[in-house]
Amino acid sequence: MESLRRILSLIWKELLAILKDPKSRLTVIIPPLMQTLVFGYAATYDLNQVQYAVYDQDRSDASRRFLSTLDGSGTFKCIAVLSDESRISTLINSKTALLVVRIGPDFERRLLLGQAADVQVIADGRNSNTAGTALNYIGTIAADFTATWQKAHGRTNMPAQVVPRAWFNPSLETRWFMIPGLIGMLTFVQMIVITAMSVAREREQGTLDQLLVTPFRPIEIMAGKSLPSILIGLVQMTMVLFVAIFWFNIPFQGTLWTLYLGMLLFLVASVGIGLMVSSVALTLQQALLGSFLIIMPSALLSGLNTPISNMPHSIQYITLINPLRYAITIVHRVFLEGASFSQISSELWPLVLIAACSLWFALWMFSRRTT
Amino acid sequence: MTPQIDDRSARDDSGMRLGRIRSLIRKESLQVIRDPSSIAIALVLPVFLILLFGYALSLDVKEVPLALVLENPTPTATAVAGAFKLSNYFKVTMVSTMQEAITRMDDRSIDGIVRLAYDFDRALSSGGAPIQVIVRGVDANRGRFIEGYIQATLGGFMLQPAGGQAGAATGTVRIQSRMWFNEAVDSHYFLVPGLVVLIMTLTGGLLTALVMAREWELGTLEALFVTPVHAGEILIGKTVPYFFLGLVGLMLTASAGKFLFHVPLRGSVFILIAVSGLYLLVALGFGLFISSTTRNQFVAGQIVLMAAFLPALFLSGFIFDLASAPRAIRFVSCLFPARYFVSVLQTIFLAGDVWSVIIPNCIALTAMFLVFFSLTLLKTRKRLK
Amino acid sequence: MQAHASEPEVLNCKGLTMEFTDERKQRFKALDDVSISIGRGAVTGLIGPDGAGKTTFIRLAAGLFMPKSGTIQVLGFDVATHPRAVQSRVGYMPQKFGLYEDLTVLENLNLYADLHGIQRKTRSERYRQLMQMTNLDRFTNRLAGRLSGGMKQKLGLACTLVSTPDLLLLDEPTVGVDPLSRRELWEIVYTLVREQGITVLLSTSYLDEAERCDKTVLLFQGKVLATGSPSQISAIANGKSFRIDTPAPLKPRQLQARLVGADGIVDAVLDGSHVRIVTSGNNPISENPAVEGLTMSSILPRFEDGFMILLRGIAGKGVESIRPPLPSHAVSAAENAENVVVEVHDLFKRFGNFTAVENVSFNVRKGEIFGLLGPNGAGKSTTFRMLCGLLPASSGKLRVAGVDLRQARASARQRIGYVAQKFSLYGQLTVMENLEFFASAYGLRKSRKKERIDWALTQFGLETRIGSAGSELPGGYKQRLAMACALMHEPDILFLDEPTSGVDPLARREFWSRINTLADQGVTIIVTTHFMEEAEYCDRLVIMVDGRVLASGTPMFIRGKALSQKGGEPTMEEAFIGIVEAFRMTAEDVKHDAPN
Repeated sequence: MESLRRILSLIWKELLAILKDPKSRLTVIIPPLMQTLVFGYAATYDLNQVQYAVYDQDRSDASRRFLSTLDGSGTFKCIAVLSDESRISTLINSKTALLVVRIGPDFERRLLLGQAADVQVIADGRNSNTAGTALNYIGTIAADFTATWQKAHGRTNMPAQVVPRAWFNPSLETRWFMIPGLIGMLTFVQMIVITAMSVAREREQGTLDQLLVTPFRPIEIMAGKSLPSILIGLVQMTMVLFVAIFWFNIPFQGTLWTLYLGMLLFLVASVGIGLMVSSVALTLQQALLGSFLIIMPSALLSGLNTPISNMPHSIQYITLINPLRYAITIVHRVFLEGASFSQISSELWPLVLIAACSLWFALWMFSRRTT
Repeated sequence: MTPQIDDRSARDDSGMRLGRIRSLIRKESLQVIRDPSSIAIALVLPVFLILLFGYALSLDVKEVPLALVLENPTPTATAVAGAFKLSNYFKVTMVSTMQEAITRMDDRSIDGIVRLAYDFDRALSSGGAPIQVIVRGVDANRGRFIEGYIQATLGGFMLQPAGGQAGAATGTVRIQSRMWFNEAVDSHYFLVPGLVVLIMTLTGGLLTALVMAREWELGTLEALFVTPVHAGEILIGKTVPYFFLGLVGLMLTASAGKFLFHVPLRGSVFILIAVSGLYLLVALGFGLFISSTTRNQFVAGQIVLMAAFLPALFLSGFIFDLASAPRAIRFVSCLFPARYFVSVLQTIFLAGDVWSVIIPNCIALTAMFLVFFSLTLLKTRKRLK
Repeated sequence: MQAHASEPEVLNCKGLTMEFTDERKQRFKALDDVSISIGRGAVTGLIGPDGAGKTTFIRLAAGLFMPKSGTIQVLGFDVATHPRAVQSRVGYMPQKFGLYEDLTVLENLNLYADLHGIQRKTRSERYRQLMQMTNLDRFTNRLAGRLSGGMKQKLGLACTLVSTPDLLLLDEPTVGVDPLSRRELWEIVYTLVREQGITVLLSTSYLDEAERCDKTVLLFQGKVLATGSPSQISAIANGKSFRIDTPAPLKPRQLQARLVGADGIVDAVLDGSHVRIVTSGNNPISENPAVEGLTMSSILPRFEDGFMILLRGIAGKGVESIRPPLPSHAVSAAENAENVVVEVHDLFKRFGNFTAVENVSFNVRKGEIFGLLGPNGAGKSTTFRMLCGLLPASSGKLRVAGVDLRQARASARQRIGYVAQKFSLYGQLTVMENLEFFASAYGLRKSRKKERIDWALTQFGLETRIGSAGSELPGGYKQRLAMACALMHEPDILFLDEPTSGVDPLARREFWSRINTLADQGVTIIVTTHFMEEAEYCDRLVIMVDGRVLASGTPMFIRGKALSQKGGEPTMEEAFIGIVEAFRMTAEDVKHDAPN
């Protein structure tokens, strides 16, 4: 009871220190909001403005119709019509056009003969992901064109027809993937920085000594440091969640309590790691570098930027200790897939394990350093 | 006053002097050599990061766990299944009911479903047999690629004349694509140059942000100011040693890209070094600017992390192509130097010395360098706050 | 510019005003209409409490600030318009001289020689001179970071002197420097003035140093209070300074405590076993009831006396008057004598190869004021941190209130209070929030909590500052708040680590009167300090140098040790210097060279 009261007084002190000053209050709120908006719009693999050049050697009715299908898709924008091959490389090299579409001279003739008519597409592979996506789009458009053409010319249907559907994200928008992911990413960055700094700052200012000569026990100090960070983390994740649901209109499929439960465990684990950094670091400087060394790999190996399944196996194992990895899976599963508690339980226990280990280590290190 | 003193005054105001700059550079270099932390930031950190991320990051979809629902294992359906099994892109699990596939989808053991209905064979002969394809769309980019690969694998079957009615060929448009600069479609080719930028932005900024603020904090600048030294001389003295240190780090990461990750270097090494040097100046200038504005190592470090890391990750075109971002976001991205260097570096590595890309971006970088440097100069005028 | 060139003044300012904005965006004047002129070839001292504007003035003279209004001319140049002309002719040593700690002594010198464009030929002769003067010649290849505090300060001075400046600006050059090094620094300054005709302007808050200047400028709250030679300032207190003998059962500090707040008495300080008082002189001293029945003799006034009269003269304008101590329930000395509450025996602390504390032993009895004296780096703070359980001892025995705080349960700490060197408080929190936090930390609740907070507010005069953030408090108030927080739970033992460093003479007096009261109430107080004159307030003390205890006993006893060597009654500082020099002579030379 006495212990609880002391912890409460510490929590109150921490919250006061962070939230009393209007400027620092804003730094808790504004950056996550700004980042969600900016990165939410910027971080997309989707293409809506593909600039291409066309070299139509056929100049037939069919080729014109093919090109207008392309333009009609809304994604592609013709920026140049070429009359010979020579300018192709200039346009691609200078990044003026992402694609050059070249239609052979016998395009219409072959189509009318019922043969396969080739359209050559040259893509700028400097960002092979963008190029691949653009080629995928063209493939779909070509298939649509084929179907329309065949119907118009009274041909029999294709023998088989693919009916594709994407679950959980029907129009395959990257934003639906990225923005919920930012809930984990942004809170993680803030959480590590806040927690890692808080103990180091007290150490540097000498207030830690002051705490240690009071009846506070190390475990009470740790608790008093963790809980305010967790509270702030919850507030920040709620803000990002609001932006995701109400600004970007991403449908929330799961239940809130499942999400919050998962995120709570994630926050505890992140705070544990933050405390671990701060228990090792002797100065603010070291705490800063330490948290940076944690944040950067954790962010890049979280599966948000590039899928974990694409990584070499050895690195996939490394990601098992990354709490952000689980957080992002949990958010995606609950937010987009509507996963239930039991469905995400496999993501929860690793978080519990990480939290337990890091908190234990931080406490052990802290006690060793101080008492 | 004696004329002799007037002479001294004329000498003092004559601007920067080489001797003083040389002395400041020597001082800074000695400090670098004696303090291993800056060497660690400049050399060890970049190599560690490029090794970790170079191997880890990849956007190339492979071995997608896929469930193939064969409700009626007819020869044709089995042939379709065979095509999937042969493909490198998929790891196929055969199931017989849709229910089973959905369960697997829910527990995340598969990322896509291909369903051949019970009457697939019969429908095939009459044309238009539906093949139901479901992909997990959560990661939209991955989902789209999986969908594309499934289509491509099924393509062979769709084009075959239905029910063996030979002769009734149909006219189809066939896309023949060629990916220039990256024929093998290896995402490392563009991720590794991007990583070089990300890493250099951070280490470059961090190097100078910390050292300048450290001088403010330790009070070493105050004593230095009350000497004939020019503020510009102090800045040059700070920049030069870290420039060379950073250049070595940059060359290490760039070589790792070429020799370890086999990213082709199609442009000339000289241009690579020149542009990298220019970018490094921008990164160092940014760090100097931050640290002379904050005059506090802690705040400076935090700002560099926040202002360099996340924007370089999201707003540089390193992974996400900015062409599709809204106009406002593209404008914001123009304020971050990383985007210019990503563009140039990807070009030098993969396309060669394309001047139409290099020159405009270099002009932007030069402008940014000048802005950072003159702002820093303004902030470091020999006055205290 | 030319017009002023013929004037003999080295520094001349008229109506100099400088404004700053504090954290609450309120403007305040650091300097207010200051006019000073300084002639060639003398040592001028800027004297004043913290926040008087000393540093601001020196920085203005160095061209580091632009004055808000008024002009300042140095060596004939207007500093505002020709800062670089001034900067190439003056030597400036800031309070915290930024030596590059990872450069060697020689490399630091080379840097400044290069920046001043000193020719290679002339350098070697200059270096030889400087190294000889500062006694650093044996250490030219040592990293500056590995020099002791005093040596660092001397190297800083050497760096500012490579260019043979016409004017030397020294901002509190002797803060945190041990008495030996302080004496050496002053010798260097005098040599410069005498042999090279350099003009020196220095600021200091040590009042005894003021007496060594040729001319003093007294600053207070940004205004010039008085200017004149030290003897002129001292003369203000002519006929107002007295020495009082301590009557039998009282300790000198108890007598001093009685006199300090009394009417008509401006200042009362310990002076060996006597108390020295300065009267306001409004009434004849013999009629003052406070001194009734005491034996007193008139003595020669010193600089400090004049300074205190001047300062108290405008006390109504901002100097906090000292509260009379609360009536104390005196604990009889006999009761306390046997009660050992802190016991240290053969204590050692090693950091790697470096022994910070070597074979230290002492006992502290209940209700005693016990002092640990010594220069920076002597191992005082390390000993302290071990006593408080913040640092493990390498070997030896340690008992505080009968337990070793490192092993004891957390509740054992309820009995101690600790004020760290930097008055560690939460800067973002207000005074009230700090008090509330520490009250809860010590488990105080409800009415008890309120009672103690009210006590702290009145006792430490913090009522007017309830809402100020900790970081915005002036130095003296920070110290009060730190004390209040440490006393919240009425500890039996109070640890004070350098509680008076960076605190001006006024606040220091106030502090010691509080300590007196607490000791009388039976609180055991252990205090470290590097102000030697503060040793007089302790019942017993140890002198530590290089991690060892060189002397221990009552102040009388320690002064007595030096008595045998010199005539007259030595001050504590003289005693200290004597003890250290005797120690250094016997100890191997290696010890002297070792990095601190």
